[in-house]
Amino acid sequence: MRVKPKTTDSAVEATQVPLKTSRQLLGRYGEDRACDFLLGLGYEIVERNWRCRIGEIDVVAQDGDRFVFVEVKTRSADGFGHPFESITPAKVARLRQLVAAWCEKRQASGVKVRLDAISVLIRAGLVNIEHLKQVC
Amino acid sequence: MPLAKTHAVSLLGLNATLIEVEADISSQLPAFILVGLPDASLSEATARVRAAVVNSGLAWPARRVTVNLSPASVPKQGSAFDLAIAMAVLRASGCFQRLDGSFNVFIGELGLDGTVRAVPGILPMVRAARDLGAPFAMVPADSIAEASLISGIKVIGVKSLKHAVAVLNNSAEGSEFQSPAKTEMPAIPAGLSADISEVKGQDFAVQALIVAAAGGHHMLMVGSPGAGKTMLAERLPSLLPDLDVESALESAAVASVAGKSVFDGSSSHLDLRPKFEAPHHSASMAAIVGGGLKTPRPGAISLAHNGVLFLDEAPEFQTPVLDALRQPLESGEIRLHRSAGTAVFPARFQLVLAANPCSCGKAFAVQGCQCSAISRARYSQKLSGPLLDRIDMRLVIQPVSALSLQMYEESDKKSPVTSSEARSKIVEARKAAKQRLSLTPWDSNSKVPASYLRGKLRLARHVTASVDTALSRGRISMRGYDRCLRLAWTIADIAGHESPSSEDMAFAVALRGQDVPLGGNA
Repeated sequence: MRVKPKTTDSAVEATQVPLKTSRQLLGRYGEDRACDFLLGLGYEIVERNWRCRIGEIDVVAQDGDRFVFVEVKTRSADGFGHPFESITPAKVARLRQLVAAWCEKRQASGVKVRLDAISVLIRAGLVNIEHLKQVC
Repeated sequence: MPLAKTHAVSLLGLNATLIEVEADISSQLPAFILVGLPDASLSEATARVRAAVVNSGLAWPARRVTVNLSPASVPKQGSAFDLAIAMAVLRASGCFQRLDGSFNVFIGELGLDGTVRAVPGILPMVRAARDLGAPFAMVPADSIAEASLISGIKVIGVKSLKHAVAVLNNSAEGSEFQSPAKTEMPAIPAGLSADISEVKGQDFAVQALIVAAAGGHHMLMVGSPGAGKTMLAERLPSLLPDLDVESALESAAVASVAGKSVFDGSSSHLDLRPKFEAPHHSASMAAIVGGGLKTPRPGAISLAHNGVLFLDEAPEFQTPVLDALRQPLESGEIRLHRSAGTAVFPARFQLVLAANPCSCGKAFAVQGCQCSAISRARYSQKLSGPLLDRIDMRLVIQPVSALSLQMYEESDKKSPVTSSEARSKIVEARKAAKQRLSLTPWDSNSKVPASYLRGKLRLARHVTASVDTALSRGRISMRGYDRCLRLAWTIADIAGHESPSSEDMAFAVALRGQDVPLGGNA
């Protein structure tokens, strides 16, 4: 799990936090690849790295009339297991809270939502993307 | 193929249920869910199977894996399902192509490194798989010899999970059982060095022992310490002929469930010798009749199935334990009811009891008994009437005196009867009894009901004179009368008589003994 900077109530502020470590760079790269992948599926990207007190939503996309909230996991090796394996039930529960928080903030009630997971595995210069729909 | 199916076998007692193991891989976050009424030890299979697959260098699907054990209503326990679960998951994730829908049984526990380990109960599991029509069973390589005792099913042993996958992909050979060259069985099997010819000066007791072995009669020996009761009982197995293969397999199935070897010594021949179980008198009820909290295990009476259960110092056993023997003595099986269900174990054993005549043990000795009348009475009640009633022979073993030993040494019987001689006589006697009872459902004299004895097998009055007298004088009961008739038939079979003579009958009455053998009133 990424260490999040404190006092990041505003999304604008958050994007201004400079990317420092190679892990953060890797994560950012993975999210870019995931967005390309979603665009390729015909989704629209609504928002990226939306943050609030509870945490962060990596990507919010729109598939027709449905909002899709995507957790992106990027790994450069699978020595510690598959990227999906680090999405624990506790993390899924927090993502659901985040979805509710996002909808409240956007005053979007009664919309269709979906929670997806995307794994970006980078190995020997090759990028492997896997997409799980409706993960909970 | 995200869905696959294999089979495993669940045991409750010796009753086996075929379990379908279904594995489904769905596009969800990684998880491993095992459903279908597994107990705690079986739920741990998820941890073992996952580690075994990964450490075998095979891919574990990064998706949600659901394994269902069906029928879900049957309680399942133990680690024998590991291999079937792993194979179902690997098949579902496309690890190999064969195994499509065919009815295959997998038995084995997995180590974290992928080793396939032996589990108890292989023999009854493979037998059940065969009976249910499975053409093929994969078992741990260590158990291949045991599993191969069952004919009519192809059995393959595997050492590891990787080996198992390679076998199913046709890229490796599983270890098939090489049946060892049939060696000539020794006349007296190894381990039975105790021979009846070593018993000196107890001719009557030796004769009685031969009768017990020939007819399968239950026996009680009462005698002072050192008279040779234990020595005699320990030589009973050397008199018993080998079991036929079917009975030996039945006994082996019980041994297999108890986690014991089913082989004759270190060879891979099925052990054909009747079992001899001699539990200590501190044994609990569960140790004797079988037991266990959820899933019962066989006790001494089932391990002695088709063999001998010897209770030395019988009055020292807890009374409820002894009385628990009554029902299996009648029915030849034991039903154990537990929360998981009812387990049935076979328990057709020959009961041999040894006891002192009283608590000081000197009732027959020259110095005389030192017990009070109350103590003697209390001691005689330790073996209950209903139990004693089921014992055909109640012998008094007199201590060997210096005189009788001298007579024995000086007699021309320098070559006493040996176990192998006696055994061939016993085989003949059993054959004669079987021949006579060939049109009936019974196969030995001890199992023939009284009505048949006094009807079809009715004896002439002059033959039964001695037993009639004993009955009229109240020395024996009516039930004892029937026991005497059974003994007489066995004695006649040993002697080669067509039907019992009056001498055979007199011997039978002597072997039957008294209704209250304890307490020192011999």
